[in-house]
Parts: sequence; structure tokens; C-alpha cells
Amino acid sequence: MTVIQIRNVSRWYGNVVAVNDITMDIGPGVTGLLGPNGAGKSTILHMIAGFLAPSRGTLTVHTPPAQTVPTWRNPEIYRRLGLVPERDSVYAFLTGAEFVRSTAKLHNLANTGAAARQAIAMTDMAQAADRKIATYSKGMRQRIKVAAALVHDPEILLLDEPFNGMDPRQRIHMMELLAKLGAEGRTVLFSSHILEEVERVSGTIQVMVAGRLAASGDFRAIRRLMTSRPHVFNVRSSDDRRLAALLVGRPYTTAVELTGKGLQVRTSDFGAFCAQIAVLARDHKIALRELLPTDESLESVFGYLISSQGN
Amino acid sequence: MSVIPRGDSPEASGAPAPNHPRPPSPPMHTRWKGNDIGHAYFNPTIAALTLRATLGRRRAFLFAIPAVVLIALTLVLSATRSGGAVLWPERVLGEFGFSVLLPFTALIVGTGVLGAEIDDGSAIHLLATPVRRGSIVVTKFAIAALVTALFAAVPELLAGLLAPNSSGLAVALFVGALAGSVIYSAVFVLASVLTTRAIAYGLLYVLIWEGLLSNLVGGARILSIAHYCLGIANAIHPDQNLQAGLSLGTSVILGAIVTAAALILATRRLSAFAIQGDPA
Repeated sequence: MTVIQIRNVSRWYGNVVAVNDITMDIGPGVTGLLGPNGAGKSTILHMIAGFLAPSRGTLTVHTPPAQTVPTWRNPEIYRRLGLVPERDSVYAFLTGAEFVRSTAKLHNLANTGAAARQAIAMTDMAQAADRKIATYSKGMRQRIKVAAALVHDPEILLLDEPFNGMDPRQRIHMMELLAKLGAEGRTVLFSSHILEEVERVSGTIQVMVAGRLAASGDFRAIRRLMTSRPHVFNVRSSDDRRLAALLVGRPYTTAVELTGKGLQVRTSDFGAFCAQIAVLARDHKIALRELLPTDESLESVFGYLISSQGN
Repeated sequence: MSVIPRGDSPEASGAPAPNHPRPPSPPMHTRWKGNDIGHAYFNPTIAALTLRATLGRRRAFLFAIPAVVLIALTLVLSATRSGGAVLWPERVLGEFGFSVLLPFTALIVGTGVLGAEIDDGSAIHLLATPVRRGSIVVTKFAIAALVTALFAAVPELLAGLLAPNSSGLAVALFVGALAGSVIYSAVFVLASVLTTRAIAYGLLYVLIWEGLLSNLVGGARILSIAHYCLGIANAIHPDQNLQAGLSLGTSVILGAIVTAAALILATRRLSAFAIQGDPA
């Protein structure tokens, strides 16, 4: 079942293309929108939330019984949609409870007090609910924003970098909450530039790079693609020449090069190389002094994904 | 492999998890009471939030400064110029009151009620609700007019009552200032929705258009809110020293048109509110 349908959507600002011809369907469950900073994740989330018009293409949300409606200039959509923006700006002069209750009133709910209490309890903010938001940490502000977005029990929840500023305990709690909301059948879409966050919460991911959709689908498949790509390591040891000779001919070794500072090894199997080089060194009494991956930045991983998909 | 190449149909990816249960029915307290929020133009929740935000900020002290200056000036002049021909109340209350106190108070309040939230991003929490945009604009405008009246029209009345032999003038200026609170607030709320530099443009309007051009060029007065206010005050308490340049009918009609047009434009603009972020 498709809840959010995006068809050939582009968004540009003058000559800068922020989102380029994106087509994707998002259904019930938790979906992670993964990509480095500046990839266009926030832009696509803002368009889905109705806070930005696509420059081209169509973006619709399915509403019961069988309608699809655009989100742009359609405030009625917020009866079914909750948004947690990335920007850390809330009404700091209110207490957390007042903020969530105000949101419930703006949604014209039947029992604003009960709805607010439930949303606050879901985000584990009951103890701090009577404190002014101005006194909250960044993580607490994030959680009270989530409570406000959940107060009307939306079927669609959009979160822009929801784990920013959270400590590990808060992060785990938020991950569990998102997973629970997804398991209940809600459509939860969140953006992140951290691979592990997405891995722990969602089975389905959309990978964006430079405004384009680089990969889409099951996380495990994309993860496999990421880890099985060629890797380059800089290695220093007590006997670089002998270690180079030992590595040559191994199935996971693509190339070995002696450099002035040691070895540069290319491998086609990240896991096997990391497991075997230590064994190899130990068995031949070679001391490993440095083992450094050279291209582990997120951008290089995404760059590889794009090139592999293009091929 | 369920990873799909760019541009391929996402249906092929099997992206949405197929076995999720349907969303449960919302509990009673999260059900909507009805569509009445769509019909009411004044929203008490937005009004309460706006009042707290406006009067809670430090710049609320700024609102009181021109009012305090006007009343202090009136007291000083009343004490020092008690004898002879008393002409200063018209000049002080009319010129200072309508050229400084009223427009500057309205500028700070009117651009702040919605513009401050748009600037700091908190407006998104208000806009991500099904409340009609017209309702947001009208409520913000009503609070801006109320606060401006409190910090500009009421001090004008108090100063008029403190000045010698000026009770008739005080009432006239109070009514004129009330009208000004309404018209200025609508215009400055519109300015705050149109631009992030609303205060700068508002200052230019008050200083250049109203302070200079409308006094030098007669035709410029038809777009001067200060002259609408003076026209109304002069109709209630005719006085040459007020230097009113417009009749009551012209002032009321133009004031009503400007207010309505500003609110309609602000609503249309807010309906197309877009988050301004980084290009990507």
C-alpha cells in the first residue's frame, strides 16, 4: 500500500538544483531517508510536508477512502500528518505540557488534556513536562517536538534528523518509539546522515546523494552493497615487504603496493581482509602497526553506490 | 537484490513493508471535535500563544518607552506652560502621538506577532496544523491591534486628559489612535509575512513616506495611515493645529480598504508559506 507517492519531483532554487527528478513510493512502516549533508533530504521532507512546492513533478498523499491529494497548500493534510522539523525552535516560554496541549487545541481534538498526556508519555517526557521548554536540553526539545507531532495520532509521521542532540539513552528510546509506530501500521519517514541510525530503525531506506535517489529498497541489500565495495587500506608493519608477499594471491586481495610509508592494499572483501590480515601477521610473527581504511567517509560510500547503480 | 537503480519504478523494489497492520482507530480523545476550526476566524489558542509571546519578550519594554515619553512630556509641559495661550497639546499629542508613538509601537508589535515566529522557525508548529491560514492572520492581527491600542491609544488618551483643557481632544485622538492601531497592525502583519526585513521597510514607510512626503506632497496623504488617523480625530474634535489633510469619509474608506487588502494578501501569502532553507 502506497501512502506517499512522489513522481519525477524536482526542486530548484535559481540555478541550484536541490532535488533532481525523484520518484519514490513510501508505504506503512519505518523508512529511512539516508544521505550526506546537502543531499536534499530536508527539501524532499519539506515538500512531502506541504512546506515547499515542487518545481516539477507531482507529490501526493493517499487519504481514505481512495483519494490522493497534494500536500502543497493543503492544510487539511495535517489532520493525518505530523511533522518534526529539524530546526530547534519551539515556543520556549511554554512548558512542555502547555506546548503539546496547545498543539492538541489547534488540531481541535475532543480531549486535549488526555491526548497531550498520552503523547508526552509516549516520548518519555512526563517528568519534564511541567518545566519551561527554555530549560530543556536539545534532546528533550526534540522529544517534545515529537510529542506535539504525535498528539493528534497521525497516520503519517515525518521527522527531519530526529536523533540530533540526543544522548544514547534518548536515542535508543526514540528508535524504539519509531519502530513501534511503524509496526502499528503508521507511515514513518525520517531523515538521517548516520548509517547506523537508519540501520537500527528501518528495514527500508531511500538513499539520496546530490539531490538524486541513489538507491532504494531493503536496508540489508544496500548495506551488503556498501560493505562489498572495493576498499583501500594503508598498512604499516614490522616487515612490510614480507607482509606484501603474503597478501598477494589471497582471494580478497585485489592489489598491493609498496609505498614510502608502508603498504597500500586494495581488497574486494572488507570483512575477509580485516579478519585475515591479523591472523596472517600473527602466524608469520609480523607486528601490525597501522591498519587504516582510506575512503570510509559517507560521501565515498554514497559515491560508490551511485557509480555501481549507474553501471 | 531489492536495491533499485535510479529512475526505476519503486514498486519493483518492494519498498513498503507489506505485512504491517492497518493503523488503529484513533482513541476518543484524539478524534476531532468537528470542522469548526475551519469556520472561526478568531482562534483563542493562537491568541493566547501570541499574547504570551509578545508581552513575554524583552522587547515588550520597548513598547512602553514612547508611551512613557509622551506622558512625561505632557506632565512637564503642563507644569511649565500653564499660563497664556495653550496650543502645545494639539502639537505634542497630534504630531508626536501620531507620528512617533503610534506608528513605532504598531511597527514593533505588528511585525513581531507573526514575523518573529517566522524568523525563528517556531511558526512551523502553528502551520503544521489544519487551522485555516485566514484564521491565523486575523488572530495575529487582532492581538497586534489590541497590544498597539494598549501601548499607544490608551497613553494618548491619558496624556490628553493630563493636558490642560484637552478632554475633547483626548477623546478624538484616542479614537484616531484606535483606528490607527487597526490599520497599522494589518499593514505591518502583512509586511512581516512578505519579508524578513519588515521592520526596515516599516521604518522607511513611517519616516520617509509619512514623515516627509505626505507633509510635502498633498497626494501622498491618501496612502498615509497617520493622515487617516488625523482625519478621524479632526472630525470628532476639529482643530487646525492637528493639520489633518483628509476628510472623515476619505479616511474611513481608505483605512478600511487598506486593512482588508492587507489581511487578504497576508492570508494568501501565508497559504503559500515555504520553509526557506539551504538550497539542498
